[in-house]
Amino acid sequence: MKKMDFKTRCQGWAFKIRRTPVRYCVLALALLLVTLIWIYPFFWMVSASMKTTTELFSKGLDLIPDQFSLDSYYDAWIKGGFSDYFMNSVVTTIGAIAVVLLRCSSCGYILSQASFKGKGLYITILVATFFIPHGTTIIPVSQISTSLGLMGTRIGVILALAGGGQVMAVMLYKSFFDKTPRSLYEAGVIDGASFPRIFFSIMLPMSGPVTATVTILTFMNSWNNLLVPLVFMMGNPEIKTLPVGMMAFSGAYATDWAGMAAASTITLIPVIVCYICLQKYFISGVAGAVKE
Amino acid sequence: MKSSVSKNRNLAWVVIFLLPNTILYFMYTILPAILTAVYSLLDWNGFQSAGEFCGIQNYVELFNDDIFLTSLKVTFKFMLFAVPVRFLVSMLFGLLLNSRKCLFKSFFRTLLFLPVVTTGAIIGTIMIMIFDPSHGPVNIVLEGLGLIDKGKSLLGSYDTALYTSAIIWIWKWMGMSLIYWIASLQSIPDELYEAAKIDGASGFQSFMAITAPLLKPFAVIILLLTIGDSLRVFDILLTLTNGGPFYSTETIELFIYHTAFTDRIPRLGYASAAATIFALFFCVVAIVQSAFKKRGGE
Repeated sequence: MKKMDFKTRCQGWAFKIRRTPVRYCVLALALLLVTLIWIYPFFWMVSASMKTTTELFSKGLDLIPDQFSLDSYYDAWIKGGFSDYFMNSVVTTIGAIAVVLLRCSSCGYILSQASFKGKGLYITILVATFFIPHGTTIIPVSQISTSLGLMGTRIGVILALAGGGQVMAVMLYKSFFDKTPRSLYEAGVIDGASFPRIFFSIMLPMSGPVTATVTILTFMNSWNNLLVPLVFMMGNPEIKTLPVGMMAFSGAYATDWAGMAAASTITLIPVIVCYICLQKYFISGVAGAVKE
Repeated sequence: MKSSVSKNRNLAWVVIFLLPNTILYFMYTILPAILTAVYSLLDWNGFQSAGEFCGIQNYVELFNDDIFLTSLKVTFKFMLFAVPVRFLVSMLFGLLLNSRKCLFKSFFRTLLFLPVVTTGAIIGTIMIMIFDPSHGPVNIVLEGLGLIDKGKSLLGSYDTALYTSAIIWIWKWMGMSLIYWIASLQSIPDELYEAAKIDGASGFQSFMAITAPLLKPFAVIILLLTIGDSLRVFDILLTLTNGGPFYSTETIELFIYHTAFTDRIPRLGYASAAATIFALFFCVVAIVQSAFKKRGGE
């Protein structure tokens, strides 16, 4: 399907539409209208970021700017400090992904392949705390982090984002490794590979799809999280991430709509691009919650 | 059968492999959950290094605190409005996008899911502009249609702020429930529909006889997940209204945050008592879910 050139694809669509009953074509048109209205806020955001604030205030609904201008991006990136926020978000998110992948894959592997006393209990407790939200644990987490000297540090934010149950990721890995054949492990043993070697060079590389799903979900959660960085950065504005930076920016420049829209676009572009390219991993990650 | 991994020489590795997860889980979930309950019994402002034991004083005060009682009410009002709407809207889209004749369904699904991946704090910022009483597109359209008075601030008025925020929250998360519905609908085998068709059943008949009963267990799970989500609403409200006007959008989670971190004199013990009560809500949801699962298993 992907290899087809545009013309063949259009012909395919035309054929499909011609064979579809009229009422379904009407349905598709109605859905098209609804979905376009659905994502209107994003069109509005991008359009606002390229207008001047005066133009934004004078003519409301017209999405095409009189004059395309990228000044607001410059303002937000340089003057608004979004270049720093962006880098902080990137570092924090990559850190959180690395920690989550390591802890969840190794744990899922053991829970699947090894048998030890208390395994059932371990899983039960893990699953039971699935629902506990950050909001109820943030006060002790901030106290524990303060006493460990992690408050106001990047490592502190990364660990708090990657900490907690991460039940979904552990379970995704566990059910993946449940399906891998025993003989793979035995082959590794015969070849003389050590336990960690078997895991890192045979098992982990095989779990690509799960790793992709976990990476993307962690990316989304860390990039978008507000509460954890907000609490951790109170003492140290240097490590502000994009959502926290946005709060500061909109507090200071509430009337600079074009600037706020540009800053918003800068923040959303990485997640949206990643979502468009890797959609199926997003979807399978979310769908896992209901199937389980 | 005991697997070879569990042999003694590997036991050390088992422990080492479990360690990172166990430490992070203990440090950021188990210990904090216990400490929240302990803190809730302390009289402790944020400037002291430790609090003083005061028994259930915090709980007594909470239930006499109008702001807390309001936040309880706001949390339930939000849930009672937002959960059914998100549930039904996503079900409708799910059924439409699951029908085999629907054109371009993956395209529509992509667009409807888009807000889910975006940053809540950013959505809050954009929506403040989109719902701006004098220049925002929503007011321009609604005033043009004569549905609201000129200059009515939907997010700034006491009577509409909560519902407007709820609609924005529904918009942001609907795509998530949509995926749940589509995943559930796809678990119904096609053969059932084909058999019904051969028997001469209409689309509506096969919906009532096949789809509805088979979806029921999924619907309960989706409902519970949505309730859990609605209790957790935080970043959108913080950036949209920060709990205002006059506490009309101050949910429990915002109350905890404000009490513990942004009030002039932060009160950690008091906020922890509120967090303990808040955690009980999630326990209820979890208990209902496991009870339901058990019943389904029998």
